[in-house]
Amino acid sequence: MKVKHIALAALMAAVGASTFAQPKEQFFPGLPYRTGAYAPNGVPWANGYADYLKLVNARGGINGVKIIYEECETGYATDRGVECYERLKGKHGGATVFQPLSTGITFALTEKAPVDKIPLITAGYGRSESQDGTVFKWNFPLVGSYWLAADALVQTIAKKEGGLDKLKGKKLALVYHDSPYGKEPIALLQERAAMHGFSLQLLPVAHPGVEQKATWLQIRQARPDYVFLWGWGVMNSTSLKEAQATGYPREKMYGVWWSGAEPDVKDVGEGAKGYNAVTLQHGAEPNSKVVKEILEKVHAKGQGTGPKEEVGQVLYMRGALSAMLAVEGVRKAQERYGKGKWVSGEQARWGYENLDLTQKKLDALGFAGVMRPVSTSCADHMGANWARIHTWDGKKWNFTSDWLQADEQVLKPLVKKTAAKYAADKKLTPRTPADCQS
Amino acid sequence: MFYRENGQFKTSYRADQQIFAITQDRIAIVLLIAAAFLVVPMVTSEYMFRAILIPFVIMSLAALGVNILVGYCGQISLGSGAFMAVGAYAAFNFFVRVPGMPLLLALLLGGVCASVFGILFGLPSLRVKGLYLAVATLAAQFFSDWMFLRIKWFTNDAPSGSVQVSDLQVFGMPIASPISKYLFCLTVLVVLALACKNLVRSAIGREWMAIRDMDVAAAVIGIRPMYAKLTAFAVSSFIVGVAGAMWGFVHLSAWEPAAFSVDISFKLLFMVIIGGMGSIMGSFFGAAFIVVLPIFLNQFLPFVGNLVGVEISTSGISHTELIIFGALIVWFLIVEPHGLAKLWSTGKQKLRLWPFPH
Repeated sequence: MKVKHIALAALMAAVGASTFAQPKEQFFPGLPYRTGAYAPNGVPWANGYADYLKLVNARGGINGVKIIYEECETGYATDRGVECYERLKGKHGGATVFQPLSTGITFALTEKAPVDKIPLITAGYGRSESQDGTVFKWNFPLVGSYWLAADALVQTIAKKEGGLDKLKGKKLALVYHDSPYGKEPIALLQERAAMHGFSLQLLPVAHPGVEQKATWLQIRQARPDYVFLWGWGVMNSTSLKEAQATGYPREKMYGVWWSGAEPDVKDVGEGAKGYNAVTLQHGAEPNSKVVKEILEKVHAKGQGTGPKEEVGQVLYMRGALSAMLAVEGVRKAQERYGKGKWVSGEQARWGYENLDLTQKKLDALGFAGVMRPVSTSCADHMGANWARIHTWDGKKWNFTSDWLQADEQVLKPLVKKTAAKYAADKKLTPRTPADCQS
Repeated sequence: MFYRENGQFKTSYRADQQIFAITQDRIAIVLLIAAAFLVVPMVTSEYMFRAILIPFVIMSLAALGVNILVGYCGQISLGSGAFMAVGAYAAFNFFVRVPGMPLLLALLLGGVCASVFGILFGLPSLRVKGLYLAVATLAAQFFSDWMFLRIKWFTNDAPSGSVQVSDLQVFGMPIASPISKYLFCLTVLVVLALACKNLVRSAIGREWMAIRDMDVAAAVIGIRPMYAKLTAFAVSSFIVGVAGAMWGFVHLSAWEPAAFSVDISFKLLFMVIIGGMGSIMGSFFGAAFIVVLPIFLNQFLPFVGNLVGVEISTSGISHTELIIFGALIVWFLIVEPHGLAKLWSTGKQKLRLWPFPH
């Protein structure tokens, strides 16, 4: 092994004058799950991610720097995710950014990212408190977190009832996936429950969520005014079927974005009519410019990942949007560290922290109407706190609300408090303003 | 011819009672340990450490613990994941709540807690046997899943039920780099494995085996079944608990209860069955088979695909990996029902007789 390395090094030194040449291509690793219980939702996301990166290459790369993409299947298992991370992090000159699409893997990688100096984008999931960039230097829950989603949902039902004060005495039930993912919104919902005087019933569902008879019996007995659904994969469609069986009105059910895509409702079809879900900005966007461009520049050339019909679906868009944010961070970093040059993970991190996607830039990228401008900073790693609600009409998702903005008065103290606890537990000192400038 | 134990005469009790009584075994083990400590750190990459060697070492330790219970004492257990979880969360609580708690002590206390938990869930073994006991120990698994998801105190009131540790050190040396982590795990493994090897040839180890082979006969010759079974549960859960704590602390460093799900219990049982029941060596073979083989297949298949010019999709690789892995398990169990350790001893026998087999 050693001898081979030395021989290789000697060879390289002999051949090239510049042995320490930087890699020419930007490496984006992928940690998808195309198998296992959550594959129906994991596949479209991964396809969107891969397709958008291919589109960037078709457009000519990031200021000329081409992208290499490589996947490693995790099956949503934390230990396999860690193995994949270790496998990919050093390849092709070093990984730019990881996007695990799993709360469990996010937790494990949060501990590893600062050591390896590779940023972690968790667009819409992961730790909600990682919005606080002074504690979580390497985590970027861009364009939304679970707390934002939960807050938007509370605002939506308040609007339906005619104001936040009308929520007093209402009963709310949270049907959640019994894992760190499902438990994330509880902190915020309890805060809101105490503020407005509604009651919160917590109904956990064990992984993978196909057994929910007891849960829905409880709902039948308690008759909550609203049900929030925090499920993933097969759990969502099971919930909707159970709601149908118990006769709970689907119009009063609100899901998080993980519970609001085509695979969740397709099997239930008409039975899910009227069911709502919060979207962190985008929904299904088959008519957006970027989708047309992907179809034209990637799929038409036979290079598409996955079936053509799924391009533009909710989770596909989520993948594409995640890839876009990853790429734009690198573009931003290039502005500082050299245009048209490869950037390291550490440099890319600066890009994500100083992301400034204006409406004009989004329009140019083909994301007009899909999302709103994003601007991050050291203190705020989320960058935007907007959400919308969409409703299933039996065949497709349609937007049924205006843009909703999370209440910073509620969110901010919670983020600060939880991040401070994390810092105290880990004996971390939050970053100083000077460190933020760098 | 290559492996001969005849002609080695023991002239003292001391020489007769050492752990490895045969000279070439002793030399081989010393060389193996020396290689693991000295050579391996020099030639392996960071990926090998973090993704393969550290999980392998920790899982070997866990399989060793399960082997004590299942292989030596014959009590089938499906609660190993629970014992790991108890070890990990107990160690976490000691580590976080007691100021200045040294890592090693926290791990050992985690093992002690797992041991107590194991004795508690081992009580049914006095009445139920065989497959029924497997079902009874499954209760431990579900109980621990419930306990760590529901009782907030155990997870230090973390809002999402996920916990993390940092700043690990032993005697002032930080356990942060992959090499230090590996060496730390390896040290714990070597110490506990030698202790186990010694334990199973002692009086208590023989009691376990007597109970395994025929509990009524064992009781007749004066072995107390309760004592023997519960000590097996205690020792086994202690080792499994320490392994669980290391899995959480050293390998994952942030974990949720799902990291110790029933999947892990099954995996550990398979490690013992495939590796060889009632064999310390077998635990290592079993752990290597279950931990390393899937990862190897996952990387080897695309390589083979590239050779013949086919690009296999990510899901294709994953599915093929499962198919081959499953087929290999079935194949091994058919050709060698006594596990990989039996292959090893067959190999030794061949070396002994070569070149004149009867």
